[in-house]
Amino acid sequence: MTGKRLVQVAYLLLVYGFLYIPIGVLIVYSFNDSKYSLEWRGMTWEWYETLFDDPDLLQAALNSAWIATLSATAATVMGTLAAVAIYRYQFFGKQLLNALLFVLMMTPDIVMGIALLILFASLSLPLGFWTLLLAHITFNIPFVVVTVLSRISGFDRHLLEAAQDLGATEFQIFRRIVLPLLMPAVVAGWLLSFTLSMDDVMVSFFVTGPTFEILPLKIYSMVRLGVTPEVNALCTIMLGVTLIMILMAQLLLREKT
Amino acid sequence: MSEPVIELRNISKTYGANTVLHNVGLQVESGEFLTLLGPSGCGKTTILRLLAGFEKADRGEIYIGGQDMRVLPPEARHVNTVFQSYALFPHLTVFENVAFGPRLKGVRGGALREQVADVLRMVKLEEFAQRKPGQLSGGQQQRVAIARAVINQPRVLLLDEPLSALDYKLRKAMQIELKQLQRRLGITFIFVTHDQEEALSMSDRVAVMNAGRIEQLGTPRQIYETPDNLFVARFVGEINTLQGQVIAVAPPRYDIRLHDRVFNLKSQYAFAVGDPVSVLVRPEDLRIWREHEGSDEERAHLFPAAVEEVVYKGSMVDLIIRLDQGDLLSTTQFFNEDDAAIMNLDFRVGERVFVDWVHDWEVILPHED
Amino acid sequence: MRIREPFKLIAIGALWFWLIAFALLPNLLVAVASVLTRGDNEFVVFTLTLSSYRRLLDPLYLDVLLDSLWLAAATTALCLLLGYPFAYLLTRSPVRWRPLLLLLVIVPFWTSSLVRTYAIMIVLKTQGLLNQTLLGLGLIAEPLELLYTESAVILGMLYTLLPFMILPLYAALEKLDPRLIEAARDLGAGKITIFLRIVIPLTLPGIIAGSLLTFLPGLGMFYVADLLGGAKTLLVGNLIRDQFLSARDWPFGAAASVLLTLLMGLLLWAYYLSARRANRGLP
Repeated sequence: MTGKRLVQVAYLLLVYGFLYIPIGVLIVYSFNDSKYSLEWRGMTWEWYETLFDDPDLLQAALNSAWIATLSATAATVMGTLAAVAIYRYQFFGKQLLNALLFVLMMTPDIVMGIALLILFASLSLPLGFWTLLLAHITFNIPFVVVTVLSRISGFDRHLLEAAQDLGATEFQIFRRIVLPLLMPAVVAGWLLSFTLSMDDVMVSFFVTGPTFEILPLKIYSMVRLGVTPEVNALCTIMLGVTLIMILMAQLLLREKT
Repeated sequence: MSEPVIELRNISKTYGANTVLHNVGLQVESGEFLTLLGPSGCGKTTILRLLAGFEKADRGEIYIGGQDMRVLPPEARHVNTVFQSYALFPHLTVFENVAFGPRLKGVRGGALREQVADVLRMVKLEEFAQRKPGQLSGGQQQRVAIARAVINQPRVLLLDEPLSALDYKLRKAMQIELKQLQRRLGITFIFVTHDQEEALSMSDRVAVMNAGRIEQLGTPRQIYETPDNLFVARFVGEINTLQGQVIAVAPPRYDIRLHDRVFNLKSQYAFAVGDPVSVLVRPEDLRIWREHEGSDEERAHLFPAAVEEVVYKGSMVDLIIRLDQGDLLSTTQFFNEDDAAIMNLDFRVGERVFVDWVHDWEVILPHED
Repeated sequence: MRIREPFKLIAIGALWFWLIAFALLPNLLVAVASVLTRGDNEFVVFTLTLSSYRRLLDPLYLDVLLDSLWLAAATTALCLLLGYPFAYLLTRSPVRWRPLLLLLVIVPFWTSSLVRTYAIMIVLKTQGLLNQTLLGLGLIAEPLELLYTESAVILGMLYTLLPFMILPLYAALEKLDPRLIEAARDLGAGKITIFLRIVIPLTLPGIIAGSLLTFLPGLGMFYVADLLGGAKTLLVGNLIRDQFLSARDWPFGAAASVLLTLLMGLLLWAYYLSARRANRGLP
C-alpha cells in the first residue's frame, strides 16, 4: 500500500517537475550574472535594467497592456450582459448561439487569425491598433461568457423571483442582486481575458501591422534569434504578470458567496 | 359576507401540450389560512405562481383585493412569497435581506431600522441581523424568508412548501409558529404542501387538488371526515374501501350489502336500488374483536378475518387484516391506559379476529373505477 | 415588457452581431477565398477553382500535411498517456491539497505558450541544462544535438499542451461517481474490466475534449516548430502562415485552413456524440 502510494506521489512530482523545471530554469537564468555561461555567476538585475532602457520594447509593452485592457473590458461588458440574457431569457436561436460560442472557443488560433486577416483585408481595414483590438475582443468574449455563465447557473432561480416579489424592477434586480453576486466571476473573466490578450501570439501575428508593435510578437522576434539573458528577464516579467492575474482570478472564482 | 381577498375565475394554464390547470375557480376570505394540498404536478404551485405574478394564465381572471391582476406585474402586487428554497440573497446580511423590500419603497434611516427590528423580533432573530444567510441553520433561514416577506405587510402571503426542507421535529415546531404568526398578523396565508398532516393541522380550509382541478374545498374536518370522492378520501389519510350494493332505499338511509351482510347506513348522496357503492372507513374507525369477545348475536354483524401483519408504533398498533372474503384492511388500535387490562393489544400474526366499524363514521360514495 | 425588452435586445443583439461579424463571416470568407485564384497584384482573383485543394495533395505538401498530422497525433497521444493517470491521481489526492495541486496545473494552462516554448529551448540547447546534466552524470560523452529535431518539436508541444489535456480529463474524472466503480467491483468486475467498460466510456467526453484542445493547436502552433524544429516547414500552421506572409498564395493558405476547420468539426461532432452518450440515463 505504502509502496503504491509512493509511486503515485513520485508520478505526480515527476509531471509537476516537467511542468515547472524549465520555467524555473528560465527565471533563475534571468538573474544570472553571465551572458553565455550556464554556470551560476551571482545575482544581477542587469538584464532587467537593459529591458527598461529599450524604448521600443517599452512601447510594445505599453501597446500590449493597452490592447489587453480595452479588449478585456469590452469583452467583459458584452460577455456579461450576454451571459445574463442567456440565463434569464428564452429566445430564438439560443442553442445555436451557445454552439457558436463553443465553436469559437475551440477554434485553433491560426484558423481564427487568418479568417480575421481575410475579413480585414476584404474590408480594406489597415492592420494595426483597431484590427488587433477587434480580434482580441473576439477571442475573449467566449471565455467571459463561459466564466460568468458557470457562476450564474449555480444561482437559485427563485432569487430573482424573490427580488421581483419584493418589489424590485428588472433594472433593480440586475443592479442589486445579479451584479453583486456575479461580480467575482465578472472580475475573473476580465483578468483571464487580459491574460489571454497579453499572451496571444498567433492571432495577433496575422492581424497587426508594422505600425503597432505588441509585446508577444516582439518577444517572438527576439526569441527567434536565440537564448539571451534579456529575453529571460522579459519572459520572467511576463510570467509574473500572468501568475498574479491567474491567482487573483482563481481566488475570485473559488470564493463562495 | 365580506368580499373575498382573492378570487380566481375559470383559470386555465398549459405548458406546451401539458394542461396544468383546468378551469380552476377559488375564493379566499380575508385573514384565512388556506392550504393547497395535492401530489406533485397537481397544479398547486402554478396557482401560487399565478397569484405572485411569475406566470400568466392562458384563460380566466384573478382578482386580489378586487383588483384585476392581469395588468399588474409582480412588483406592484400586495402579495409576497416565501419560497421553498427560501431564496435568501446570499450576499446580503439578514438585516439587508429583510430591508430589501422597504428600501425599494423608499423607507430609509431610523424608520427602516425600526421596521426591520420589529419583524426580526417577531421571528426571534434579533441577534442574527448581521449574519449572512450561509451562517444560519435551516430553521433560521426559514424565519428570515418569512420576515422578509411579511415586512411589506402584504394582503396575502404565499408559502410554497416552506417547511419541506426541515427535519421532522423542526417542521412540527414551525407549523405551530406559522399558525401563530398568521393569527397575529391577520394576513391571508396561502400555503402549498403535499403533506396532508401539515395541511390538516394548520389550515382553516384546505383545497385538495389533483391533475389541475380542485377536487374538494373545505375545512380540514370536512376533508377528512366527509371526502367528496375517492381521490380525496385516499389522498388525505389512509382509508379502507369496501365494495357494496344498494338493496333498499329510504333516504337518507340505505340498506347496503357488503359481502354477505346487510347494513343500514346514512349517506348524503341519493342512490337507487342496485347501485354499486364504495363504503369507506378510516383505520382508526375499524374495531377488532378477538375470538372470545362479543355475543353470537353481535357476531352476526362482524366480518371474520385473520391478522396478516402487526406494526407496533408506540402509542398505537397498526394491524393489516384480511377478511375471509379476501379484502385487505388496515386498522389502527390505540393503547388505552385505563383499559389496559381489558384491551390487550398483543396480536399475533395469523390470529383469528372479527371486524366491524364505528357506525356512522363511514363514508358512502358512488362506485368509481 | 418595459425595461426587460431593450436589455434583452441589446445584450443578445450585440453578441449575435459580434459572432456573425467576427466569427461566422470571416470563416465564410476563408471558405470563399479557398476556391478563388491567386492574383498577381491583388491577393485573390475571382476565378473559381479547386486547384488549391488539389495542391494540398501534391506530394510536396502532402508530406507536410502527413508529417504535421503525425506530430500532432503523437503529441496528443503522449499528453493523454501522461495526463490521464495524472488527472486520476489528482482526483484521488487529499481534499486539503487539491486546490493547490489543481492551481499548479491551471497556472501553466493560462501562461503564454511562447514563453513556455522558450523555456524548453533553454533546457534543450546544446549548452543547455539537459546536456550539462547528462554530461555531468557521465551518460554521454559529448553534447547531443537536441534542438531542431522532430523530437524537440514533440517535446515542446507536449510541454505547452499538457495542461490543456489534464484539465478536461480532471473535470471528467471528478464527475465520475466512485460508487459506480464500487458497484462494478461488487458485481465481480476486475480492474481492467472496470477501466475499459466503466471508466473509459464515462470519461470519453473529457478524453475527446482534451484531444481537441491538444490536437488542433498541435497542427497550428507554428512558433513551436520555428523555435524548436529549425527552418523546416513542419506543421500545417507553418504552411498556412507562409502562404499568407511570404508566398502570398492566399487561396492555398485558406484551403489548408478549411481543412483544419473540417477536422475541428469532426472532433466536435465526436465530442457531442460521446457527451450525449455519457450523459444518457443520468439525471
